Amino acid sequence: MSDLLLSIRDLFVSYGKVEAVHGVSIDVPRGQIVTVIGANGAGKTTLLNAAMGILPARGAIEFEGRNILRQPVEDRVGGGMTLVPERRELFATMPVEDNLLLGGFLISSHERAQQLEEVFTRFPRLKERRRQLAGTLSGGERQMLAMGRALMAKPRLLMLDEPSLGLAPLIVADIFAIIRDLRSAGVSILLVEQNARAALRVADSAYVMELGEITLHGKAADLAADPKIVETYLGLATH
Amino acid sequence: MDSTILLFLLQDGITNGALYGLLGIVTVLVFAVTRIIFVPQGEFVTYGALTLALLDTGRVPGTIWLLIGFGVVAFAVELWMSRHDLNARKIVREALIKIILPCLIALAVIWLAPMKLPPWANLLITLAIITPMGPYLYTIAFRPVAEASVLTLFIVAIGVHLSMQGLGLVLFGAEGLRGTPLSTLSLPVGPLVATGQTLSIYVLTLVTMAALTYFFNKPLFGKALRATAINRLGARLVGIRTSLSGAIAFVLAAIIGALTGALSAPMTTIYYDTGFLIGLKGFIAAIIGSLASYPLTVIAALAVGIAEALASFYASQFKEVIVFTLIIPVLIWLSLSSHHVEEEEE
Ligand SMILES: Nc1ncnc2c1ncn2[C@@H]1O[C@H](COP(=O)(O)OP(=O)(O)OP(=O)(O)O)[C@@H](O)[C@H]1O
Ligand SMILES: [Mg+2]
Repeated sequence: MSDLLLSIRDLFVSYGKVEAVHGVSIDVPRGQIVTVIGANGAGKTTLLNAAMGILPARGAIEFEGRNILRQPVEDRVGGGMTLVPERRELFATMPVEDNLLLGGFLISSHERAQQLEEVFTRFPRLKERRRQLAGTLSGGERQMLAMGRALMAKPRLLMLDEPSLGLAPLIVADIFAIIRDLRSAGVSILLVEQNARAALRVADSAYVMELGEITLHGKAADLAADPKIVETYLGLATH
Repeated sequence: MDSTILLFLLQDGITNGALYGLLGIVTVLVFAVTRIIFVPQGEFVTYGALTLALLDTGRVPGTIWLLIGFGVVAFAVELWMSRHDLNARKIVREALIKIILPCLIALAVIWLAPMKLPPWANLLITLAIITPMGPYLYTIAFRPVAEASVLTLFIVAIGVHLSMQGLGLVLFGAEGLRGTPLSTLSLPVGPLVATGQTLSIYVLTLVTMAALTYFFNKPLFGKALRATAINRLGARLVGIRTSLSGAIAFVLAAIIGALTGALSAPMTTIYYDTGFLIGLKGFIAAIIGSLASYPLTVIAALAVGIAEALASFYASQFKEVIVFTLIIPVLIWLSLSSHHVEEEEE
């Protein structure tokens, strides 16, 4: 088995007649955190949604060496990849615990119980609130629930769309600590972020996306030191 | 009125109420999985009742042609929807489910119908004809618009109701039919008589209510079906096949609808449009149950049935008016006292 977990080649994604992603290629090596940064509307969400199969795309998507371009979302989940979408898409009128259990819909009930304990260990806050309805959680708790639900499927690749969106700095730090922990636990991560500074700090390699194309690619540390990047994406951030 | 008459009216009201309850249950079930207000459920009642009544007289019911028609159209829609992702295996599988299966059922019915089988066998044949129509209908009318708003789905449902009622008129004609009872059992209970027919209606209502309440709240699979309606994209992202969820809901809806029709066929004359009015009262019960609770729906349905029985005694020509008017204060009270958890507000 190659050490490339996810490989996207020349991907084109359109909304009707409007093309939002133009020939993007991205690799996620096994065991690494790869980040895609870029301005609003660059096409980052579109890219992740196409990788998950929510949006149809042209090009090539390989997961663990298998072509999954035409696989429906449900099969990709079963195959070992999950997405925490930008809008979270929780089951608002169900309790936290049911949201999590449904995250493990495709694994055996034995594994599911085990996985639930693991998620509760990683997010003690969710355990305290297990009976609360998901729709009544705070923004930070929702993000934890969305990540917890995605982890319930025991993914080998976790794709995160703006996990820090709308969260206070302290909680953002927590979330990024968890992302780092997940890598140590063997989960590879494709991370899309507005918060470029935090993303480049945690990632192994990084891509810069502009107007639907990849314009820069390299080690995260190198990009963080690149003057152009500093000016465009890191200049204004204060922490 | 004396107490015997009152008892008669109560029994009548409870029996009808139990039938409304079954349909109210279907309304809650279909809404809970697909967000569709299932207006055409009355047609499944009518089709079930008239199919059974025709089989009882040894005739071949026209619903078999409808079954084949639904299957063929559903097959075409299915292929169209997955046109970017077609392979031979998929085409063969879909042809088996949507063309070969209904044809086999139709052949079996043509062969069996003239034998005038016993009522329970005809009931099974009726279910075999009507049940597949549920998922076919889902594929034809609702799956292509599954992501649409509740209002859009409601409008589609009304369209489906009108066309199925029209098809019912073509298939069965304007005159009514009556079925033969499933059993000739009758037990005297005080001044009343409990027939096998009414008892089976009570049992079916209670069992369905209990089974669905359990199924949608305990096993993960039932929760997954509910999750499909709460957040369709969220459901897909955890690996739930949302089109399968819808098809399962429609299988259950078709079975319960056809059973309701089959059980009421021997008690009253059924016309091509009878189902709609029964369905409407079930719908009211479901609304009173907030489209969420099976037991509340059944209790409300019993109340509707009893109110209707009493109204028909005092002022029979105003029966429907009285029943529907009584609903209004209940609905106002419900809408004032309800508070919902916000769905995703972004
Ligand atoms: N459903 C849609 N229909 C039409 N155009 C869309 C749709 N969704 C996104 N777009 C367009 O596609 C482009 C890329 O959007 P996308 O959401 O992928 O950007 P993004 O990089 O995730 O931005 P942000 O950082 O603001 O989340 C934008 O120009 C957007 O307006
Ligand atoms: Mg985005």
